[in-house]
Amino acid sequence: MTHESFAAGMRAAVPVVLGYLGIGIAAGVVERAAGLSYAEVLLLSTVLYAGSAQFVVTSMLSLASPASAIVLTVFFLNLRHLLLSAALAPGLRGVPAWKNALLGLQLTDETFVVASGRRPLSPAWMAGLNLAAWSAWAVANLAGAALSGAARDTRTLAFALPAMFAGLLVLQARIQPRLREALGVALFSGAAGAGIQIAAPGPGAVIGATVLGATLGLALERWKSGPKSSR
Amino acid sequence: MEVRPEILALVLGCALVTALPRVLPLVALSRLELPPWLADWMRYVPIAVLAALLAIELLSAGAAGLPAIMAAFAVAAATRSLLGSVIAGVAIYWLLN
Repeated sequence: MTHESFAAGMRAAVPVVLGYLGIGIAAGVVERAAGLSYAEVLLLSTVLYAGSAQFVVTSMLSLASPASAIVLTVFFLNLRHLLLSAALAPGLRGVPAWKNALLGLQLTDETFVVASGRRPLSPAWMAGLNLAAWSAWAVANLAGAALSGAARDTRTLAFALPAMFAGLLVLQARIQPRLREALGVALFSGAAGAGIQIAAPGPGAVIGATVLGATLGLALERWKSGPKSSR
Repeated sequence: MEVRPEILALVLGCALVTALPRVLPLVALSRLELPPWLADWMRYVPIAVLAALLAIELLSAGAAGLPAIMAAFAVAAATRSLLGSVIAGVAIYWLLN
């Protein structure tokens, strides 16, 4: 366990905070437009706190989907966090379970990527990162709700999400010890994700592409570092 | 400024099924020593998940999506700035639409 401070975690969150301001405003705009009150927007953004899931909840609510179908879709959509949470676990060994539980509650794709380059992780640092991102997300959702009447172009604002994924992908590639394998994994997972999404749209595409991609990465790495004796 | 009971129940249900996969592995696996192959496999998870999320977003982003993402990649590679890459991506996307 290291002792990097809460404040250092908040500083590390700055790029995520700025990205969340764009995406969170877009989320707030569509949530309010779907008929949610300010209090409901605040509830959704602080308690669910999951960008893509909030877009899904909002669009399913406008389609009058049953609550059971919405909860099930969100479950599958957010199952990918199993992989992220598991990947952070070795960096937080020896940390009390209740602290890890609280840190895990606020795990997102973006905070994961910022944290995943660091090992061991400091719980205080991680809490700073989490709370900064979480607060920014709530503020941005409320700001979006307030702007909802005026905003027309949520599509452009929402492009902050893929643009942030692109930036995170580059930052993640830079810290990979095996760059060629990592680039192969990225290309393959992207193609697999798009392919699965076209063939069978749904939250399974991200999970499927992630499992296939990480397996390919491991296979490439093992195959290069020493030929297997048995085939 | 009110929360309808059915929305409260819906958000709590969604939050519960979101919290479980976020919390359980972190609590359980931080107690164990992972086998080396699993630790190596997990090193590729972030890059794989990001590439998949990005590709799926691009499917619905229209023709302007790809050039805008190329700009975001270029800025991120040149500056290492996440913010810069978000601004570049959104700006190019806006210009091309």
